[in-house]
Amino acid sequence: MMDAARILSGDRRSLARGLSVIEDGGKDAIALLDQVWKQTGRARRLGITGPPGAGKSTLVAGLTTLLRAEGKTVGIIAVDPTSPFTGGALLGDRHRMTREASDDGVFLRSLASRGSLGGLSRAAPASLDLLDAAGFDVLILETVGVGQSEVEVAATADTVVVVLSPESGDAVQAMKAGLIEIADVLCVNKADRDGAAELIASLEAMLDLKENATWRPPAVATTGTESAAPLLEGIEKHANFLEGEDRLANRRRTGMAARLRALVASMIAERMLANSDEVLAAQAKAVEKAECSVLHAAERVVEEILG
Amino acid sequence: MSRAIRVLVAKAGLDGHDRGAKVVAQSLRDAGMEVIYTGLRQTPEMIVKAALEEDVDVVGLSLHSGAHMTLFPRVLELLREAGLDHVLLTGGGIIPEADRQALIEMGVGRLFGPGTPTSDLVDYISEEIAGRAKKGGRA
Repeated sequence: MMDAARILSGDRRSLARGLSVIEDGGKDAIALLDQVWKQTGRARRLGITGPPGAGKSTLVAGLTTLLRAEGKTVGIIAVDPTSPFTGGALLGDRHRMTREASDDGVFLRSLASRGSLGGLSRAAPASLDLLDAAGFDVLILETVGVGQSEVEVAATADTVVVVLSPESGDAVQAMKAGLIEIADVLCVNKADRDGAAELIASLEAMLDLKENATWRPPAVATTGTESAAPLLEGIEKHANFLEGEDRLANRRRTGMAARLRALVASMIAERMLANSDEVLAAQAKAVEKAECSVLHAAERVVEEILG
Repeated sequence: MSRAIRVLVAKAGLDGHDRGAKVVAQSLRDAGMEVIYTGLRQTPEMIVKAALEEDVDVVGLSLHSGAHMTLFPRVLELLREAGLDHVLLTGGGIIPEADRQALIEMGVGRLFGPGTPTSDLVDYISEEIAGRAKKGGRA
């Protein structure tokens, strides 16, 4: 059983072990999170997402440098995809921020998505909780925006930054991917490349069309090689906005409800399907023999499972 | 969600030959491991900080600069100071046989020369870690 006291007192080795416990899931993870839960909620959480190649890691490094200069400690969870074929993963964010990662005021943990369909490791939000309880001032969750992952990031982050680059396609593609909907700040990185101005203009045009929005995400431009200051400014604008009228509390309440529901759905599916291979195989045969449609077969399986 | 073997692949020292390290990183990934590649010019302190934060099972050092008799022992020392005695320290590059023996006696694991099939490294790591798990190794 993990000793949460050492994590709460700032011991880094215990924190790293605790993150592994969280990642492995199960009863130990539940017990550990229970012990630290009352200490969560103090840190400001940033979600950084967007298509691959947009330069997220470099921006996270830049943000970290600026935050450290403000005297803040930073905890980072960087998620990379697990190969569906080999089960392995190349976790490549650390090597893009080696200077920042070697700072004692920074803790960086790389997570593989481990079969999570949405691309976000199931353990990522709980990993943020542990870093929060361990006392880091700002938490950054960096992940590739695929599948449902951006929705999960939105549920767990106070401010979601969507990073695009002129090469990652146009604003319409970003909208189709649902990225614009969840963005609190839009960041056009590699803004020194061709097409950057056009991308910003089309993003602004898309935002103009959104009615009834109380918050209009600023579209900032960064180059990745210069300072991330324009991005930090956009994030701070959003932070100020959240400070008004209980917005932060409301956002966190809604996000936590969504997170609870998603966890329950996933756990129910896991438990229910755990011993269902035979039933599924039998119904698959029925479908193949055209005894019924696949919709009907699915109904039958569910009814048998639920008994 | 079973636990994968986590490996830190680090380039220590001042040389810039990282192709070997990248090939190794990819082979380990293809063998189902989670690989954190740290990049070039890592100091022993940076390597051990990464090993600690990432809670790795293995640290693989790639060295082509001839500094292996200083760097391996230093990393080993720092791993022990950080409470990471259970971490397997292995690696490769241009390391003469006599030096390899000396390092093994200090507690470094098997070392692999250039041209070793990556499957050898994969098998070595898999067997070592499985062996340690049986002994209840993970601290």
